[in-house]
Amino acid sequence: MAMTDPSSDGRFGNFGGMFVPETLIPACEALEEAFRRAWADISFREELNALLADYAGRPSPLTQCERLSEELGYQVLLKREDLNHTGSHKINNVLGQALLAKKMGKSRLVAETGAGQHGVATATAAALFGMDCVVYMGEVDIERQALNVFRMRLLGAEVISATSGSRTLKDAINEAMRDWVATVEDSHYCLGSVMGPHPYPWMVREFHRVIGQEAHEQCQKILGRDPDVVTACVGGGSNALGIFSGFVDTEAELVGVEPAGGAAVFRGTPGVVHGSLSYLMQDEWGQVLEAESISAGLDYPGIGPEHAHLAHIGRARYEKVSDSEVVDAFQLLSRTEGIIPALEPAHALAWMSRAREELAGETVLLNLSGRGDKDATQMMELLG
Amino acid sequence: MNQSPIRIQQSLQKRIAKGGKCLVPYITGGFEGYIEAIYAAAESGADAIEIGIPFSDPVMDGPTIQKANDIVLAKKISPMDILQEIRDVDIEIPLAVMTYYNIVYRFGLERFANALYESGISGAILPDLPLNEAGYWLDAALENETETVLLAAPTTTDKRLQDLCAQSKGFVYAVGLLGITGVRSELARSAVVIAGRCKAITDKPVLVGVGIGTPQQAKEVSEVADGCIVGSAIVQKLLDNEGAEAVGAFVADIRGALDEL
Repeated sequence: MAMTDPSSDGRFGNFGGMFVPETLIPACEALEEAFRRAWADISFREELNALLADYAGRPSPLTQCERLSEELGYQVLLKREDLNHTGSHKINNVLGQALLAKKMGKSRLVAETGAGQHGVATATAAALFGMDCVVYMGEVDIERQALNVFRMRLLGAEVISATSGSRTLKDAINEAMRDWVATVEDSHYCLGSVMGPHPYPWMVREFHRVIGQEAHEQCQKILGRDPDVVTACVGGGSNALGIFSGFVDTEAELVGVEPAGGAAVFRGTPGVVHGSLSYLMQDEWGQVLEAESISAGLDYPGIGPEHAHLAHIGRARYEKVSDSEVVDAFQLLSRTEGIIPALEPAHALAWMSRAREELAGETVLLNLSGRGDKDATQMMELLG
Repeated sequence: MNQSPIRIQQSLQKRIAKGGKCLVPYITGGFEGYIEAIYAAAESGADAIEIGIPFSDPVMDGPTIQKANDIVLAKKISPMDILQEIRDVDIEIPLAVMTYYNIVYRFGLERFANALYESGISGAILPDLPLNEAGYWLDAALENETETVLLAAPTTTDKRLQDLCAQSKGFVYAVGLLGITGVRSELARSAVVIAGRCKAITDKPVLVGVGIGTPQQAKEVSEVADGCIVGSAIVQKLLDNEGAEAVGAFVADIRGALDEL
């Protein structure tokens, strides 16, 4: 009930909307219409479900962590989105959008990427569907995520460096939107998170709803009940909304974890950027501040509008962790469970580690949104 | 500023009534020498001037205007600094600001509209505030006599175009092409098409902007439109340190081309 469809003007409570140049309004409206129809169409759902199962490898397992639970002093379960094809949850959304774009007659996908996970997923879907693909990536991120840049190029995508502003995710989104303004007739903007103009925050959440649905069923099977706490990292917030959607109507506490240097809920105020009204890190004049995080995927000064709404109504709570806590958590999971996490979900684990007293005796479900291979080089340099 | 700002629509219509074509240059506010550039443009035949208030994430702007934006932002020049400086500008043509909605939102809608009035600024152009989201702003603008210029794009449907033209004040800003601001080697055919579509349904002045960068292109598009907006080509002169004189000379060149029509 707390995560229903947005209002007709694309709002979740006070947040959201469609703040884009006039050029893009017809495209956003057409997309909304196409998505609404497809989502209600059983054959579209079946086609997507088949792709998710036979191509992406769903359902992803739910892993009970014996050694980590012992270390933290409470029961920990992991939703294993790291085991999906391409190594993260991003593939859920991308397969949905690419399938929709194809049905809308679009021949080209435009995407932004931070850590490269969404870019890789989009390049993958483009290859699968025989579509052209252009991925914008901040210059800084291209350096720290060289492996993913290579993967995208291998998959046939063109990777374009975003050299303006902070040269990270925020600027990659600016460039992707500028591309879309010029190519809207034949291109679909395959936005990678629950942000941007309506219908994106809603559509992307719906494509990730499968995470929460599966996890909810798996918890019933394994625990015979709901977990006490469900947690996930939040940049734009797509993996978090995916898993939250399965538990929003339960008693479970929902906790989103942001990087301290990109804590839109903690440090932000309402503002409008990239198409929607949400919490935003900005200065007193409305200039958007540059986020700073060890994780390229969370290096974003805003947050999806539905997260702003969930925070506002108190249904979800948002915590922040420092880069050094994240590095510790990255190693903790590797050593206790033999799972190298991506730096992004390591944020949620960092909070779990810090909050071990508060969580004593609880059962905590963490959405492990991606695997850490892409971060190995960066961590190797840091840890020696 | 004690008297109300000059009305944009009236000023443009005066030119049109005499059989002339309108010219609106764009100048990045806060950029070194921008006040002198405003005077130079006004003296060289501009009918109104669009002053950009830099925003950190200008998604409708191409590399030239982005660069000028970044230079101003790096100097920590605030929107208020620019509005304060403009208060003292004394010219006979109306001014409009062009900025992004978050600047207005953060300022407070009422407070921003009032600040425009106090600075003698007649209009506002907010490219990321489409008509469907503009309700609150239009109320605040009306209250403070701000003319909100709405944008019409090549992709705009006929139904929306009707609404846009009806609600737009000052003039209708017809976006000349699918894309962001910047000089192109040729005038896009879409510029003439969108101008024609707007002209067919409104008596308000229809000016084409985005992708108009030479006197020839200005003239070509104004065969159908009531005039044009020239931005990046002018801002480039500021970036190249050519100064207000070069801005004035360039505006005069375009004026000359338009006067041939």
